[in-house]
Formats: sequence, structure tokens, C-alpha cells
Amino acid sequence: MVVPALAMFVVFGIVPLVGVLLLSFAQWDGLGAIHTAGISNWRTVLSDPALPHTVLVTFEIMFLSWAVQTPLSLLLGVFLAGRQRYRALLAVLYFVPLLLSSAAIAITYKALLDPNFGLGPGLHLDFLTQDWLGKGNLAVGVVIFVVSWQFIPFHSLIYQGGVRQIPTTMYEAAAIDGAGRIRQFFSITVPQLKYTIITSSTLMVVGSLTFFDLIFILTAGGPGDATRVLALDMYKRGFQANLMGPASVIAVLLVVLGLILALVLRRLGGSTTASQQEGA
Amino acid sequence: MTTSRRTFLTLVGGGAVAAGLAACGGTSGPKSSGGSTGGGAAGSGATYWSLTGQPQQAIREAQVKRFNDANPNTKIKQTEFQNDAFKQKIKTAIGAGQGPTLIWGWGGGGLKAYVEAGQVEDLTDWLGQQPDLKNSIFPSAFTAATVNGKIYAVPGETVTPIVLFYDKRAFDKIGAQPPQSWGDIMDLVPKFNDKGIAPFSLGGQSRWTNMMWLEFLFDRIGGSEVFQNIFDGQPDAWSDPSALKALDEMQKLIKANGFIKGFSSITADSNADQALLYTGKAAMMLHGAWTYGGMKGSGKDFVTGGHLGYMNFPPVDGGKGDPSDTVGNPGQYMSISSKASQAEKDTAKKFIANNTLDDATVDAWVKSGNIPVVKSAKDKLSSITDKNDAEWLKFVYDTAANAKNFAQSWDQALSPTAAETLLDNIAKLFQLSISPQQFASSMNAVIGK
Repeated sequence: MVVPALAMFVVFGIVPLVGVLLLSFAQWDGLGAIHTAGISNWRTVLSDPALPHTVLVTFEIMFLSWAVQTPLSLLLGVFLAGRQRYRALLAVLYFVPLLLSSAAIAITYKALLDPNFGLGPGLHLDFLTQDWLGKGNLAVGVVIFVVSWQFIPFHSLIYQGGVRQIPTTMYEAAAIDGAGRIRQFFSITVPQLKYTIITSSTLMVVGSLTFFDLIFILTAGGPGDATRVLALDMYKRGFQANLMGPASVIAVLLVVLGLILALVLRRLGGSTTASQQEGA
Repeated sequence: MTTSRRTFLTLVGGGAVAAGLAACGGTSGPKSSGGSTGGGAAGSGATYWSLTGQPQQAIREAQVKRFNDANPNTKIKQTEFQNDAFKQKIKTAIGAGQGPTLIWGWGGGGLKAYVEAGQVEDLTDWLGQQPDLKNSIFPSAFTAATVNGKIYAVPGETVTPIVLFYDKRAFDKIGAQPPQSWGDIMDLVPKFNDKGIAPFSLGGQSRWTNMMWLEFLFDRIGGSEVFQNIFDGQPDAWSDPSALKALDEMQKLIKANGFIKGFSSITADSNADQALLYTGKAAMMLHGAWTYGGMKGSGKDFVTGGHLGYMNFPPVDGGKGDPSDTVGNPGQYMSISSKASQAEKDTAKKFIANNTLDDATVDAWVKSGNIPVVKSAKDKLSSITDKNDAEWLKFVYDTAANAKNFAQSWDQALSPTAAETLLDNIAKLFQLSISPQQFASSMNAVIGK
């Protein structure tokens, strides 16, 4: 079974990766011949005065969406880990946003937030009647809100699974020692969920590098370039401006960035792979 | 007639929206029709890729059917794609040498890229031998088909100028007349704002919507040569004093609250900008002629009740531009692949000459509420029975036929690279986050690219 899997990985993983790396040193408009361009694409992209802002926005959205999602998913996951019937029902309801496609979510929110025909003016709620996607800071906030709305269900599910793995004897022992629920949460649940938190955070952080469809439809990188993240920048350079070379440079940067972040998060988790399970 | 500009233009912006929607509807896949090459009878046929979407699709299919019925030995095989899928697919196919014989397109910068890659046939001489066809087409439509003085595409289909639409009811409310000059526009802005009506609707997130304003202001203030110089790649052409004045006037209108609140988050794809006009929230709207059908279909009695007014963009006091000039889409275009065999090229030429702007096609375009790019469209106008439609079509015909200069939309005329920089900078200009000088210097940097 290893050989077919490896073959697939080489054909659909390694080959395109090498292709993009080669393209980053080439000049191509997607139509005519491909010419070698040396490091000129890299120089163009890295000296682009707009690049620091794009990187900053990418990290801003990455960090803020992580900071919003993690505590909420953790609390929801702990809550849903209970065995009561109604919690099972709520878990299903909470899961619904994840089942919708990002494009559908973006179109829906765009319609709801419309300053003239959206939810605010429709219900005559003035605080909702803002130019949500037309002002830089508001637009970033909306992106983070919508991303969180979409992905918190997924991470709650991971945490729910993690919490259910924690041996109940730990809680029983803590209860005998007189620890309350809050103390139990911080002294048992959170430490025991260390690896779950690392896993969930890795998925959030690396995943946020590829936020594209949602932002593209919601704000198209705007207003101005307030929500222009690297993935969007890559698309715009490659497929709108026909500059495949510089777009490939961004793609390579994204791959490297993703790998570095994944490795750093793994390190944070500690090098030990020993099981936390009781008796193992 | 519920066609958005997307159907006409090669903008990729918002592509994912359309792709997402198309995926929901399940209509994005290619669809083949027309002559079959089975039976070995049609060895010298040709292939033709075009777009889905009514009413254009039915008209194109009828053209192919007529051709194939008349030429059973050299049939054309037509393949249709959803708009955004087409744009990616055709570029990839041509780049890989797998393109169709007949290439449907938008002319301008995209065509120029094909020409520079040596992918399309020079049709200058052939068209010279077809004086009837050539002379029947609006001369203004050839500009976007011409690269370095040679014609590489035949204009076809419809003309869609940009028009200043207005709501007659809004003008009644403030007791004013439609603007006759740029000064009138600036005077009307506070009057409408006082009555709680936005002076202009605008779907600013789509960016090309903002661009239409600049196209007209550049023309009216400095004349058509201002953009021509940019198109020709003259150094620093964006810093022309007329260009800077136009950019400055634009920002003055934005600062005076000329556009609806939140315009920079409104998209044209959802037709929200049209809805603002027909629901009375905005008094005027600068938009393509293709929005007429949408407003008629969705605006209840807005069009049928005679509330919709329209006019060509008014002159700017002291401006050099010819007030008859217009901008927009002077037509759609068909090119022939230079990689096709001689027999395929002959078939394609025969199709273009006999079936793309023939009487039946012109008739069908007018019946569908469009003005085809030929002078004979005028003779068909009398057959329109709906009073509003007849008046509208006559206006579109006159605007297109009388335009001293019919400039192609900038994002179409320029190369994709320059167009993307342009749209980004226009968005920032309308956000007031860059000054006219900053705009001009960013744009000067991509002139000729």
C-alpha cells in the first residue's frame, strides 16, 4: 500500500511543488513561451512596497482568528463532552456551519451585512447598519468573525474528543481533594488537552494561510488592500495580472511559511511523544 | 436580458463568486452541440468555443446550425463554457496549442497577448476582400480588434455603451432637471443628499464600476487622446494635466458624498447597485447598457412605468472632449487560430463571413433587446412593439453609431498586468487613500507592460 500512496504524493504533491519553484525563476504570462528570469521575480516581489502590508494582514488575520477561535472552541468542546442527550443535539446544531461551503457562507454574510439591503436596514437596527466591508478595520473584523463562525464547530469537535479521553479518575481524585469545577478545568482539563490544543492550533494557523475563497468573495481584498492576504495576493498576481512568476514566488513563500509554523508549533508541544494515558 | 457585465467582459475579479454559484447550479460544465464529426464526412470542419448564457447562447447556436445545414461537409463543432471557466480554459488551451479554430473573445489587451504569442491569424487582407461585411460593421468596433495596425479579429455581437441612468421620480422630488454638465452634477449632489436620496448608486467593490467614471471624466476633460496616449504606451501619460484634473474632480465628487453610503462594499455582480436606483434609494447611476434588462426584469414598474431616464455622460465645462464620445464594449470578437489547418481556417472564415452578422442574426439580437454591431440594426428597430424598449434601443443605437470615439473599457484595452494595477489603484483612489499624483505615478510605472 505504500507504493501507490507514495506515487500519488510524488505526482500530485512533489511535482507541482517543484514546478512552482521553477516557475518562480521564470517569466510567463500563462500564454506564450516560458523564459528564464533568474532572480528578478524574487527581487520584484520582495522589494514590492506593498508586500510588508500583505504579510502583516496575513499574520493579523492568522493571530486574531486563532485568538478568537481557541478559547471559544475549548469551552464549547468541554461543554459538549458531557453525555447528556441535549448536548448531543446541540453538538449537531453547532456543527452545521462547517457543512456549508465557504463560498456560500461568504455570499450569505455579504448579503446580511449589506448597508442598504442587509439585516440592519431590514430590521431597522442602527448598530447593524454599518459599512461593514467598506472600512478597513471593520472588514478585518468581519473576516475574523466569519472565519470563526465557520471553523469553531470543527475545533470544538476536536476538543470534545480530547476531553472525553481524559480519565474520569483524575476528576474524582481532584473532587476528593476539594477542587471546584474551575480549578479542575485549569488543573486537569487544559494540561491534559495540551496536544489537542497544539493540533487544533496547527490546523488553524496553517489553514489560515490558505484563506482565500471566503476573503475573495467577502471583500475581494478590499477596501483598498485592507484584507489582502498572501493567498489572495498570489491569485491576483497569477490569474488576474497574468504574472505567473511573481505569483509562484508568493506560493513558495506560503509553503515555506506553512512548514516553519507547523514545525514551531510542534516544538512548542515538546519533543516527547510519550502517551499521557493512564498506565501506558 | 438579465445579463451582467460579467458575460461581456473578461474580468476575472469575482470569479470565485460566479464559479461558486455555477457549481451550485451545476451549469459550469462544457456543453457540446452543433455538427458531429462522426461518420468521417467532416474532415475539414472547424471547432468553435463560446459562452453559455441567454440570449447570446441561443443566437450563437442558431448561427452554427445554419452554417452546418448549409455546409454538411465542413461542419463546425461548437463547445460552450460558462463565462469564468471559459476565460481560464481558453488561455490554457491556446498556450498548450490545443485551442479551437474559432476563438471568441473581447479584443483589446487580451487579443494583443494572443497576437504577441503568435496564436491568431492576421485577418486584415481577408477582411479587405469582404467589403460588404467590413462596411456593415460600426467602424468604432475595429479599434479593439486592431493590434499594430493589423486586424486580428472580426467584431460581432452587440454594442454596450456606458450610460448615465436616472430615476425621473427622484428629480421630481427635488424639482430639478437631469444634469447637462459636470457642474450640474456637483450642484445636484447636496440637493439630493438633503432629501435623503443618494445622488449616485455605485457598486464600488467591483472596481471596474468606479473605472467607468474615470473613463468618462478623462474623455470629457482631456479628449479621447488622453487615454489613447496611455494605450500607446507613451511615458508618463497618466500624469497628463487633464488626467490629473479628472482624478481630482473624481475625488471632489466622492468627498461631497456623491455616492451612496457604503459604496465600496457593494458589488455589481449581485446587481445591488441597480436595485439602489430602482428602489429610489439613489437618483442616478453610471452603468453599462446591459443593466437595462436587469432593471426591467427586477424593478417592478420602474422601466415599464416610464420612470427610468437615460443619457450620455454630460460634458465638463471647459473640457476638450467631444460630448458624443462614449465608452464601454464596442463589440465582441472572433479570431482564427494560426495553429489551425488551412481547411479549418477556410471553414472558419466562411462561417464568419456568412453567419455571424447575417440578417437572421441581426434580427435575433434586436428581438432580444440588444443592438448588434452593424448599421443594418437600425432597419430592425421599427419591428419593436414595446414603447420603452423601442425608445431605449434607439438611444443605444444612436449613442453607438454617432460616437465620434467609442473607447473600449480600460481594463479590456490594457494588458491584464496593467489592468490589475489599474483596478487596484482605482479602488484606493475612491477610498481617498491615495492622491491623484500617487495614482498617476503608480500607473505610469506599468505603462506599456
